[in-house]
Amino acid sequence: MQLIEMDGVGIKLQGRWLIRNVTLSVSAGEIVTLVGPNGAGKSTTAKTAMGVLKTDAGKIRRKPNLKVGYVPQNLAVDWTMPLTVRRLMSLTAKPSKTEIDRVLEKTGISHLIDSNVQQLSGGEYQRALLARAILRMPDLLVLDEPVQGVDYSGEIALYNLILDIREELNCGILLISHDLHVVMAQTDTVVCLNGHVCCSGAPEHVAASDAYRQLFGDAASQSLAIYHHNHDHSHKADGTIVPSRGDSGDSCNHG
Amino acid sequence: MDDFILRAMLAGIGLALVSGPLGCFVVWRRMAYFGDTMSHSALLGVALAFLLNINLMLGVLGVTVTVSLCLLYLQKKGSLSTDALLGLLSHSALALGMVLIAFMSSVRFDLLSLLFGDILAVGNDDVIAIYVCAAVILGLMYFLWRPLLASTVNRELAEAEGFNPDLTQLVFMVMMAAIIAIAMKIVGVLLITALLIIPAATARWFARTPEQMAVASSVIGVASVILGLEGSLQFDSASGPSIVVAGLCLFLLSMFASRLLNGVLGKGQRQ
Repeated sequence: MQLIEMDGVGIKLQGRWLIRNVTLSVSAGEIVTLVGPNGAGKSTTAKTAMGVLKTDAGKIRRKPNLKVGYVPQNLAVDWTMPLTVRRLMSLTAKPSKTEIDRVLEKTGISHLIDSNVQQLSGGEYQRALLARAILRMPDLLVLDEPVQGVDYSGEIALYNLILDIREELNCGILLISHDLHVVMAQTDTVVCLNGHVCCSGAPEHVAASDAYRQLFGDAASQSLAIYHHNHDHSHKADGTIVPSRGDSGDSCNHG
Repeated sequence: MDDFILRAMLAGIGLALVSGPLGCFVVWRRMAYFGDTMSHSALLGVALAFLLNINLMLGVLGVTVTVSLCLLYLQKKGSLSTDALLGLLSHSALALGMVLIAFMSSVRFDLLSLLFGDILAVGNDDVIAIYVCAAVILGLMYFLWRPLLASTVNRELAEAEGFNPDLTQLVFMVMMAAIIAIAMKIVGVLLITALLIIPAATARWFARTPEQMAVASSVIGVASVILGLEGSLQFDSASGPSIVVAGLCLFLLSMFASRLLNGVLGKGQRQ
């Protein structure tokens, strides 16, 4: 059973298509990673999948009563609001004390339970947000750049944590990558967006490639993979599609 | 204690109980100027209420809700920045109200008491209206607390995880409009926002959670009202400014107190 199926979905803002003809699906236990340049519509796609944005074209099917856990890209809590990590955990749900303790232990921030969220480091804050999102036992976890502001080793640790979470909850994960070319090795499907779906594919084979090992070393290949794009078109500054092999139209061969 | 002072005290305390938690949301959502815009338009509501011969509070409620809906609509259209829109609506509504009042020569308005509050104008039915309103608003806040707080922290997160931020926002606006309608006689249209913001800002120095801040804000608001009205009697000053000045004093005191406290604790930790 698919958790979410998007079929030819488009979102229009003031006459301009933010995303157009986006087709993707996420099933239970699957990790789907969205990559693409800034302004490609990655966050828009994720928000549309969750139902936060209303579609102007295409169809979305969601599993009935789909429970979503969401880690937004920029969750800047206004400093005027006193908010501890403990209180953050019960922002949208009513977890018990043991549930909170368990999830903070899992994400490795038990010691920060009484800290103000505004005083956490980038990595600690992302872990706190992740803890909050999985407390709900979601069917679908939507992570918008979960490793932003986290250093390289912290990034690998966070990706391993996300894998643990998938194992435990068997939830589908829609992950937005901040890097155009590097994704989690365990990603099942990579979708490259630039207004539309440029290409999509499985990345696991590239983790073993020599070029990748030279770049990042053996240790990293356990958790990160390079995603090779194989586009048959390019984009003009305004997003218009330019075919590079002389074939015409909006469609492209998926690499 | 004279009857009118007792009435004013009761009314002010009822008001402060609600303005505490509501004011926290105004601070967290950065809506101070928005509150100003709504309360300035209350004067237009007063004028219209007299013109149409309807209940004063209803007139104010109607106009403030209309102005806030206008603002939401214009914001969505996105032709002007929010602060320019707020300035436009705020001052136009205030000016329209003043002009309309000047036209109605048959009714004698005490403009100063509309702008700055007048405890002598608080009647028994006003006290009852304030407590009914206060009970309804506090009840709503209790039941809507989680969605209100969640959509204040992040609107999209709240919506993704099953709340309805649009509805929450609408209820919040109506609550703001209601508090402006009941606060007008005591603090006056120009100073209502101060009653929302200053106690909340004072509570921020000590609170560790949003709930603590809301409760502390109510307590501080009640203290400001009591001190302010006492001062108003003592110095024969208008009630609104007196309450606001009392609130300001409490704010400054707690700022120094928290600095001192933090300083002592900080030294303790270093040793």
